[in-house]
Parts: sequence; C-alpha cells; structure tokens
Amino acid sequence: MTTVTGALETGMPIPVDERVLDVRDLRMRYGTTDVLHGVTFSARRGEVIALLGPNGAGKTTTIEILEGFRRRSAGDVSVLGEDPGVAGEKWRARLGVVLQSWRDHGKWRVRELLHHLGTYYADYSTPAIPRPWPVDDLIEAVGLTAQARQRVGRLSGGQRRRLDVAIGIVGRPELLFLDEPTVGFDPAARREFHDLVHRLADVDDTTILLTTHDLDEAEKLADRILILAGGRIIADGSADQLSLLVAGESEIRWTRDGSRYVHAAADATAFVRELFRQYGDGIADLEVRRASLEETYMTLVRESEAGRAAAAASTFEEAL
Amino acid sequence: MSSISTAARTGFARGGYEFRHTLTTPADLWQYIFPTIALYATVFFMRGATVPGTDIALGARTLPSAFGMGIAFTGLMTVAMLLVTDREDGTLLRAKATPNGMSGYLVGKIVLVGGMTAISFLLQLLPGLFLIDGLHVDAVGWFTLLWLVPLGFVATMPIGAVLGSLFDGPRNIGLLMLPLVGLVAISGIFYPIMSLPGWVQGVAQVFPIYWLGLGMRSVFLPDALTAAELGHSWRHLETVGMLGLWAVAGLVVAPMILRRMARRESGSAVAARREKAMQRIS
Repeated sequence: MTTVTGALETGMPIPVDERVLDVRDLRMRYGTTDVLHGVTFSARRGEVIALLGPNGAGKTTTIEILEGFRRRSAGDVSVLGEDPGVAGEKWRARLGVVLQSWRDHGKWRVRELLHHLGTYYADYSTPAIPRPWPVDDLIEAVGLTAQARQRVGRLSGGQRRRLDVAIGIVGRPELLFLDEPTVGFDPAARREFHDLVHRLADVDDTTILLTTHDLDEAEKLADRILILAGGRIIADGSADQLSLLVAGESEIRWTRDGSRYVHAAADATAFVRELFRQYGDGIADLEVRRASLEETYMTLVRESEAGRAAAAASTFEEAL
Repeated sequence: MSSISTAARTGFARGGYEFRHTLTTPADLWQYIFPTIALYATVFFMRGATVPGTDIALGARTLPSAFGMGIAFTGLMTVAMLLVTDREDGTLLRAKATPNGMSGYLVGKIVLVGGMTAISFLLQLLPGLFLIDGLHVDAVGWFTLLWLVPLGFVATMPIGAVLGSLFDGPRNIGLLMLPLVGLVAISGIFYPIMSLPGWVQGVAQVFPIYWLGLGMRSVFLPDALTAAELGHSWRHLETVGMLGLWAVAGLVVAPMILRRMARRESGSAVAARREKAMQRIS
C-alpha cells in the first residue's frame, strides 16, 4: 500500500491568471506550535471546493487567514488578486463570510438586518455585479419569507443558519467562505441549500470554499475536495480521483439461484470476470461499488497520521 | 471622502435601528425607567433635610448631581457593556466582515448611546422640574447644558470603549461597578464633597463624575449654593479643563485600543468565548 504524502496535482493545473484563490506554502505558528506546515492549493472562478479534515487539522486557521481575520506566519496568499493581510474595504466587499457560530443582532428583524447590511455594499456595485442583492429576493432564495418580520433572536437553529448564509451572500460575493453551513438543517433545508450553492456557483460564477464534516455533502457539492490533516494538504482532487488514490476494496453484490451474495475485492474487474466465467447467465442484479468518499477519507487521514507517527518515532530514535 | 459619508450614512441608520430596538424591548425599557425610580425614591427619603448651612432641600441638590452621574455612567458602563456583549455574540465580527462595517458600527454606537443618554436624562429631568422645589434653569443654564452634556459624553464614552475592549466577558465587566460606585460615593453626588477629608476630595477631582455633577448643579441650583462647593464657585473653567483632558486622552487612546481589539477578532475567538460562557452556565 502506498502512503500519500504532500499535495497532489490535480488533472489540469489552473493557469495563474484564472486563480481566484492562490495559496502557496502557507505556514502558521502559534508560539512554538506549528499549526500549518506549508499548505498549497488554488481555485478557479466558479469552482466549489470542500475543505475536509479532522478537528484541529487547521481548517479554521486556514480559512481565517484567507478571510483576512488572521495574520499568517509565512507563505504567499492571494485572494481575489490581493493579499488578505493588507487588502482594503473594496476587497472586503467582494467576499462573503459564513462562520460557524453567530448569535449576533438578536433584537433585529430579519428583513431589517438584511436590508441594513446590504446598504454597506451599495458603494461597490458594478454594472456586471449589481450590489446588494435585492432584499426580498434574497429572503426568498434562502427560504425565510415567512420569517421576514421576525426577530433574529427568535429564529430556530436552522432558520438562524439560513439567515447567516443570506448575510454571507447579501453583497453578491465573488468568493464565498462557508464554515460548516448546514449544521442544524433538516433534510429538506439541506436540499434547498445545496440547490442554492449550485445556483451561486453555476449562475453567478461564485467561487465557494466550504468546510464540512458531512462527506456526502462534500461529494454532492464540491468540484474538488481538499483534505487537510496535521497542517498539510494530504489530498487534492475530485471524489473519484481521490478514491483512485486509495487502494480500497470495492464491494460486489449479485444474486444467483435466488440467493444474495456480497463480496469485497481489491480488484473488482478481475473478480467479476471470474464470476461470469464460472456462472455465466446465472448471475443477476450485479452491483459494483467503489470505496465511498468516507472510506477514502478515513484511509487517507489514517495513513497521514501513521506517517507522522512513524516520522516522529524516527526523529526520536535519531535523537537517542 | 466617500468612506466617511458611507460611515455616517450606515452608522446613523444602524444607530437609529438599535435605538428603536431599545424602545421596544421590555428589558431595555426597564433600564431606562429603573434609575429614574431609584433616584426619586432616594430624593423622597431625603425630604426634610437641607444642604448644611443653607435652607435648600438636600433632594434638590442631589437630583442635578445625579443627572451628572447618569451621563458618566451611560458613557462608561453602557458603552463598555455594549462593546463586551457585541464582541461575545459576534456582532463586532460581523461588522468586521462587512465593508466599512467597523466605522458604521462605531458611528452607530455613538448614535445609540447618545439617544439612550438623552432619553434617560429627559426621564430623570422632567419629573424633577415639576415635583422638586428649588430647581430652575435660566438662559445661562441652558447654555451650560449645551456644552456640558456633549463634553461629558465625549469625556466618558471613549474611556468606556477602552474598558469594554480590555475586559473579556460580561461577568468581568461587573467588576467595574465596584470602583465606580466608590467613586460616586466620594464625588459629592449624594452628599456635599466639602464634608470629606482633603485627600479624598483630591482623588474625586481627578475623575469626570465629580465635574459632571458640579456642572449640573451649576445649571439647576441658585448661585448662593456655591457656598457648599469647593472654592465657593461653580468652577466652569476647571470643569471644561478636566472634562476636556479626559476627552482628549480618551480620543487618543480609544482608537488604538479599539483597533487592537478589532484586529484580534475572529471566528475562533468568538467561538472560544462562547465555549467559556457555556462552561460558566453548566
């Protein structure tokens, strides 16, 4: 089994002038602890990228640096063509930010707040991107029409989250950061949210960087998946590309003579060929499933952690 | 220049909304009414007592002093409180994530606190003008109010903002109450400062509460009452000087501290504070 280390090149590298996000060798150190050890990735306009990784892997730190909320220790970062550490209000107007926990503006009414926050973006309206998003359309897009006159503090968890998303996109951002956007959503709200993300990416050409722990969601929404573990990008590619990286076992199901069979095999093609050679027409309801994103993810993270443990052990031995 | 007009436009809108919210939220209304009730209860229990050496009711002397205290309290405590809660619930971070949001936020807070000060002051003043004998305002008095109230506001609000930036969490800000109440006790608000030891008088005169109380007394009380004041005068020049010093110091220090505080705001900082708050509850 091969161990995956370092960033993996995607099928086609993105030309430099098409990069909305360009992060190279990003490092972050708190005191004497290194949190990010050289993160490198980029994103093109209209792309949806999911950033996955175990808690404490550095996802939030990475996003906060890109949002301009945190200063990096080292590395080159370009967000919409500017360095987020020094970029101004005009740059800020082109970004949308949805963070994990908000409890703000509890006394405001939904429509009032969205209308007010929209006025900050009016100065940055362009013929190509009229800002802000008309408030009633926006409320409808996130499904809060019935709550438009309600106080923010009285919204349910899922409604509150929709409002957070609405505030994130009120300025029609060119780049949107979503940190665990669907926590607290019921399945219907989740589906509507996924439709909204597709609309933003496909119709408005918004570039989206989202973090989630829901791998199914990542697979549905993202064009590309980045896995961050131990302060490094350990994988970068579409869900299919990632599953090819892992020599996982595929699951094969079939029926024969009225009985159901399940078998796991590393080489599914060879197994199926053998199956038909033996039983021929007796095989029905054949299904072959490649390792799911969840399995791929677990394997990649486990290998990365094992690799780090081995590296630590060897350093320890060298020290002896 | 457009960013200044944007900050003014969004800030006034923001302050207007938030001021209206305080008028429609029961807890906020109570905060307007409670000090008025407490103040008049105090004055009621002072009936029959007079300012030593005069025939002016002690209550009539206390009321204007308390107006001054009220302005200092709103400027210091309310501003600090608002800042701490806005930081904890993410309002400030939201402002940071919005273009020109921080300037809009600051202008909004000034408008809000200005409105709150005005409402509280009027609530306390109007009954006094009708119910308490010995209060009167002449043309000079109105003029004094015209510079005293804004100056008191500018002298205390930046300091409140600094305190709100330095303290983390609403619990800690409660610790501020203790020294503040102590300061009120020695600032001649409820009892003339003349009867306190000299060094205590010296300490009181460093802080804006004494000067705001003195200034308010000069507006509402007859000049004969200067007999019960230090230096036997309303000392307007010194009042302007001391409050002006606080204002300048505050306006120099506050932007630095606020900028430092705002720079540190991030999603994980808000989340960490939230976690701490949850631990306190459970």
